Amino acid sequence: MQLTLWTYEGPPHVGAMRIATSMQGVHYVLHAPQGDTYADLLFTMIERRDRRPPVTYTTFQARDLGGDTANLVISAVREAYERFKPQALLVGESCTAELIQDQPGGLAAGMGLPVPVVPLELPAYSKKENWGASETFYYLVRTLLKDLEPPERVPGSRPRANLLGPSAMGFRVRDNIEEVRRLLDRVGIDVNVVAPEGASPADLLRIPEADFNICLYPEVAQTTCAWLERTFKQPFTRTVPIGVNATCEFLAEIGALSGIQVSSSLSAEDQSRLPWYSRSVDSNYLTGKRVFIFADATHALAAARMASEELGFEVVGLGTYSREFARQVRQAASDLGLEALITDDYLEVEARITEAEPELVLGTQMERHIAKRLGLPCAVISAPFHVQDVPARYSPQMGFEGANVLFDTWVHPLMMGLEEHLLGMFRDDFEFHDGAAPSHLGGGPEANAAARDGNGVKTMADGGAGPAWDHEAERELRKIPFFVRGKARRNTERFACDAGLETITLETLYDAKAHFGR
Amino acid sequence: MNSPAPTSIPKPAAGGCNDSVIVRERGQREVFCGLTGIVWLHRKLQDAFFLVVGSRTCAHLIQSAAGVMIFAEPRFATAILQERDLAGMADCNEELDRVVNELLARRPEISTLFLVGSCPSEVIKLDLANAAQRLTLSHNGRVRIVNYSGSGIETTFTQGEDNCLKALVPELPGLPESQQSLLVVGTLADVVEDQFVRLFDELGIGPVHFLPPRRATELPPVGPGTRLLLAQPFLGETARALIARGATLLEAPYPFGVEGTLGWLQAAARSFDIGNEQFEAVTAIPAARARRALAHHRDILAGKRISFLPDSQLEIPLARFLQRECGMQPVEVGTPYLDRQMLTSELSLLDSGTRLSEGQHLERQLDRLRSERPDLTVCGLGLANPLEAEGLATKWSIELVFTPIHGFEQAADLAELFCRPLVRRERLRFQTCS
Repeated sequence: MQLTLWTYEGPPHVGAMRIATSMQGVHYVLHAPQGDTYADLLFTMIERRDRRPPVTYTTFQARDLGGDTANLVISAVREAYERFKPQALLVGESCTAELIQDQPGGLAAGMGLPVPVVPLELPAYSKKENWGASETFYYLVRTLLKDLEPPERVPGSRPRANLLGPSAMGFRVRDNIEEVRRLLDRVGIDVNVVAPEGASPADLLRIPEADFNICLYPEVAQTTCAWLERTFKQPFTRTVPIGVNATCEFLAEIGALSGIQVSSSLSAEDQSRLPWYSRSVDSNYLTGKRVFIFADATHALAAARMASEELGFEVVGLGTYSREFARQVRQAASDLGLEALITDDYLEVEARITEAEPELVLGTQMERHIAKRLGLPCAVISAPFHVQDVPARYSPQMGFEGANVLFDTWVHPLMMGLEEHLLGMFRDDFEFHDGAAPSHLGGGPEANAAARDGNGVKTMADGGAGPAWDHEAERELRKIPFFVRGKARRNTERFACDAGLETITLETLYDAKAHFGR
Repeated sequence: MNSPAPTSIPKPAAGGCNDSVIVRERGQREVFCGLTGIVWLHRKLQDAFFLVVGSRTCAHLIQSAAGVMIFAEPRFATAILQERDLAGMADCNEELDRVVNELLARRPEISTLFLVGSCPSEVIKLDLANAAQRLTLSHNGRVRIVNYSGSGIETTFTQGEDNCLKALVPELPGLPESQQSLLVVGTLADVVEDQFVRLFDELGIGPVHFLPPRRATELPPVGPGTRLLLAQPFLGETARALIARGATLLEAPYPFGVEGTLGWLQAAARSFDIGNEQFEAVTAIPAARARRALAHHRDILAGKRISFLPDSQLEIPLARFLQRECGMQPVEVGTPYLDRQMLTSELSLLDSGTRLSEGQHLERQLDRLRSERPDLTVCGLGLANPLEAEGLATKWSIELVFTPIHGFEQAADLAELFCRPLVRRERLRFQTCS
């Protein structure tokens, strides 16, 4: 058993729902008890989808157990087929149904329906949502395409690529598809099929007609892309175009895959404002800002690279809940001199953020909560997300426009450079004081004052073991702006400890400042 | 609506709905399971913690149903069963003990821990009653540990609260033989509870206790002198357990709207031999104020047709309120299950022509909805936006269990919840660009 307060991912059948909900002409019959229909609201409320997910739940009850739950599956499959006439049917079970072992996929496959039936076996007690989405997409594609012959390419036409992986409840899917389409169009590549989002089973049958695949969301599409590479000799991209540098690399990669010369046609400086914004003097104050990153693997990796290379931040924590991609995240962390945090334990993430004392948190919906408690600025960069992370405006994360969006999104929660200086100099202005939020954000007064002034952070003094602060030093500490106060407190205590001091005086405080000065 | 306040329990509608034919259906249900009740119960019982013993689905359900997650560390969690628990590689009981010890060490202020059963824990027959006893002993009575089921195979949505409160009934201290008291059962917003305390006090009814109490350490007493007044219609099992401990159930409509609140208070007043004059003196002013506040909303709601999909189990009392006090016409009133004993007064007030349905076959019910196209549909969150996209105005039913809607002062707020989607549609205007 695992004690869990909040969970980053749902169960694997929710991953299967994401694939079904993304697509047209697919229906999913889910053997599940009452209550599992809650998952519908993820799509209809958080993403504001205007259609119910195409899912039929068998809704078995306690009184059905030991009786005829299998028949319930058969009648639900029949009714769903009659009513919705899908081109393909997914059949699976949720956690409870897995325990009663009715094998709904097998039952449905034996019903002789005139459409492909894809039985899904997604172990609910060992696997999670993204894995479930990936497996479902893979099984669906494999079932539909396995007997197809690789088609002949017509010479002379523009190269064609599939965009694979965008799905319901994926991060900024709608706008990323659009942005990547524009990018491909400008270099002269046609989009053949986008899947699963918006695709029908008939569309999936056209996947082999492309020259290569773009693996846009590896958590969902990597397994499928690897199978297509083996089966249809379609190579696929390894770079996810998030950030200016990654986008340039992505363009080089698709250039190599399609034989198109892209380097001369697009230069990063012309395409994105980020490089200039980041170099402009105003951004000096961003230098070395401590940032903690926790997200799905793709977004964590991309954010770490962007933060360090393109914004000049210092990454002080990097982690993911995507165990399937732990190796890559460990490598990226180690390149930054960090140890990666690979966990799905919200409490552990909270502890590590508290410990790292970042000035900005880039994370999921969960990290927004942690950051709010700690009084830290935060931007959501990855699923899981909430309704406010599905904006009405065009706001991709991918491509050059995506880089612009990310620059704004990450910088916006921070105190502006000049404001930071003024606060450092004049701390006692009654309107413009220490505990106030960045002035462009409004926000409640003193909402998180305790957390902000570093008192929320456990210090050695709390434990009673470390050196004590004398009155004068404590008062001086309060004059340090809140966003660095926690760090100053910690550094001073560490310094005093190392020096074997029992009391921290004004002198100790400034000695420590000189010692650690960044 | 300027007529003088009636002081007696309202007259039943001609025939009422007690003998009506009910459409019973079986099929896909679009209803939460009983675990959802934790979302409001953990806010009410401030020193209690709810530990669901279940799957990742259970954890995901509670955090999704809450709509927004609560910013502080919540007073609920899930002990997620994993493969090794099911494969017998780990002893589930030992694992549960470990998790509970971990939890109690982290939250020493917890006085009561609920072990909440789920679909998977029930299917594998994990004995949580036994576990609760064992754990209570091992913690030397420092923490009260009780169990109940919120599983979807046993409970729908608000039944979780029924099971939770029922689990507390054996824990309640006895009310001494010679004493009388009023016990109000069902989670009420604190502000509403305080309003009712003042009204009972002015009526001369007391002592008044509430279940659930605000602190789990302050459980109300129960005994033969207990008069039981239900604040929610979905608490049948709890009521029957309290009756078994000697309490007398007061038959009353539920305190929604002016009429319901009057009838509800009247049932208590009669039982405590409070005279009509006293009742009138205490209730006339708040009832008149509530009617005034309601009048404005009635103008918007009157004549509009409304359908309820089965969800919170509040459907029948709310249909009664909207029909009788707001002039709406219920088209179909769906309820997950019908507990007649708990709804006698309500059914007798509801117009006999009202179509009631019990259980659900979602697709057929949506077919009816689409052909009848009511002005407003009360439904769960999963259905609301798709129905709006089909041009049907909706009201989320979960708001009705999260919002203070009981009593005189909230009667207009309750009506306003139904007005808002209609008013919004009136306000929004978009031009076609051409």
